[in-house]
Amino acid sequence: MTAMLEVKDLKVAYGKILAVKKISFSVDEGQVVTLIGTNGAGKTTTLRTISGLIRPSSGEILFQGKRIDTVPAHEIVIMGVAHCPEGRRIFPKMTVEENLFLGAFTRGDAGVKKDLEAAYDLFPVLGERRNQQAGTFSGGEQQMLAMGRAMMSRPKLLMLDEPSMGLSPLMMKKIMQTVRTLQSQGTTILLVEQNAQAALSLADHGYVLEVGKIVIKGTGKDLLVNDDVRKAYLGED
Amino acid sequence: MDIFVQQLVNGLTLGSLYALIAVGYTVVYGILQLINFAHGEVFMIGAFGALTTSLVLFRGQTSLWILPFMIIGAVIASVVTAVLMERFAYRPLRNAPRLAPLITAIGISVFLQEIVRLNYDHVPFTSWNPFDLPDAKSLIPFPQIDVVTGPAFQVGGVTIQRAAIFTIGALLMCSAVLWYFINRTKMGRGMQAVSQDPDTARLMGINVDRVIVVAFMLGAILAGIAGVAQGLQNNNIDFRMGFLAGLKAFTAAVLGGIGNVAGAVVGGLVLGIVEAMATQYIPGQFGGSPWKDVWAFVMLILVLVFRPEGLLGAKAVDRA
Repeated sequence: MTAMLEVKDLKVAYGKILAVKKISFSVDEGQVVTLIGTNGAGKTTTLRTISGLIRPSSGEILFQGKRIDTVPAHEIVIMGVAHCPEGRRIFPKMTVEENLFLGAFTRGDAGVKKDLEAAYDLFPVLGERRNQQAGTFSGGEQQMLAMGRAMMSRPKLLMLDEPSMGLSPLMMKKIMQTVRTLQSQGTTILLVEQNAQAALSLADHGYVLEVGKIVIKGTGKDLLVNDDVRKAYLGED
Repeated sequence: MDIFVQQLVNGLTLGSLYALIAVGYTVVYGILQLINFAHGEVFMIGAFGALTTSLVLFRGQTSLWILPFMIIGAVIASVVTAVLMERFAYRPLRNAPRLAPLITAIGISVFLQEIVRLNYDHVPFTSWNPFDLPDAKSLIPFPQIDVVTGPAFQVGGVTIQRAAIFTIGALLMCSAVLWYFINRTKMGRGMQAVSQDPDTARLMGINVDRVIVVAFMLGAILAGIAGVAQGLQNNNIDFRMGFLAGLKAFTAAVLGGIGNVAGAVVGGLVLGIVEAMATQYIPGQFGGSPWKDVWAFVMLILVLVFRPEGLLGAKAVDRA
């Protein structure tokens, strides 16, 4: 079986500065895979390159066996990759419902209305406030909206960039539970996190990035008990 | 009182024309943060498109049913101009520093004026004039249309030109259609998304290149219609007509808050009314129509100094 997403020897540069230095990893269907690491490790750059917002300087990205590193961003969405960006990036001047409809922009089928209800089931607070301007929401509510919006394209692969950033512990728990729920519904997930503990306890596989390189990899469980990971990312001596 | 109402009507007519053109500036700015200074030429070419349609297809006829064909001709000419301009002049400069597309816009503007001035009456590089078109180096009479041109209406002491009704009506209809398009269609929502956050819009699967082309087309459609309105009002057109109209429309867009479509309409109307009132009511040396352009630009400067975001507020230029 081929992996759903395969990243091979990926290099990404901003001008002369290499942000991602030849990394390789893969995500199998149905898995949750996490990339962890500190600020500036190249996690966000990696996701933005997969979704076509930036172009790699070398290397390959394959989605379901097809190369996507030269495909325009909007077509990558049509192929089945949804990217829930860092900082949530909801459309602040639009209502919740308008945001969700934009998530289904690539679809013309009749299932959109049903999926809208599914998003409201997943996050009841969105349903209660569907006509409210999204910019007035709290960080946690915006995160739910961003995730609901990403799911509206019916993705095969969902990429989440730091969904727990700036959230209260309670809200973070809720978001992480949702990641579990989405996985159990059959969505493959690539999760980028600074909160290593939370991410690794969910993940089938994890990769630790340090200044653009993968320095440790393993199953989620193994990394949780790995001494180097515990020292560097889980705040233990 | 009659004089005041008369000037109000004059101002609304002038303002409707500015508003129709101003929408093109504001829609493109809202998406690309580009001031398309060649947009006045899109308006001018619209007027020539209408003229050409009338001369080539309906030689000398003045029946009302010809007007829709002239409008279609104007819109086609404007849209083709705007789309080619975007594709070959602006798109290659998409990631260039902002000054580059601005200077390009001025270049395109001169280029389009000269193309029309030098080549309207014959096929380029030949003296062949297959359609017997007039020389565009001076004013060209615009075709008269029954019902729309002709004697003005008198309402009390107020004169209302028939072309004025056409212009104001065109603005009302275009505004309604534009409102529906932007707020109720999928493409319109996509445009709003690109204007708020282009990168995230791409993550929604929105083809940003296509949205940009649609923005140029929308502006061009309204500019083309404005070109017809201007021809009907003034009875003649020339290759320079886009310059001042374009500057005024740009002023209107800034006045209303550039990037804000409703603002462009309001800004156009306000500018038209201010010009009309200044012509009438400013006494002495600085009054009268020779000074009306001065007052229009004085208002632009005042707005830029005291309310740079415009009357209705622009979208924030630096987004989070």
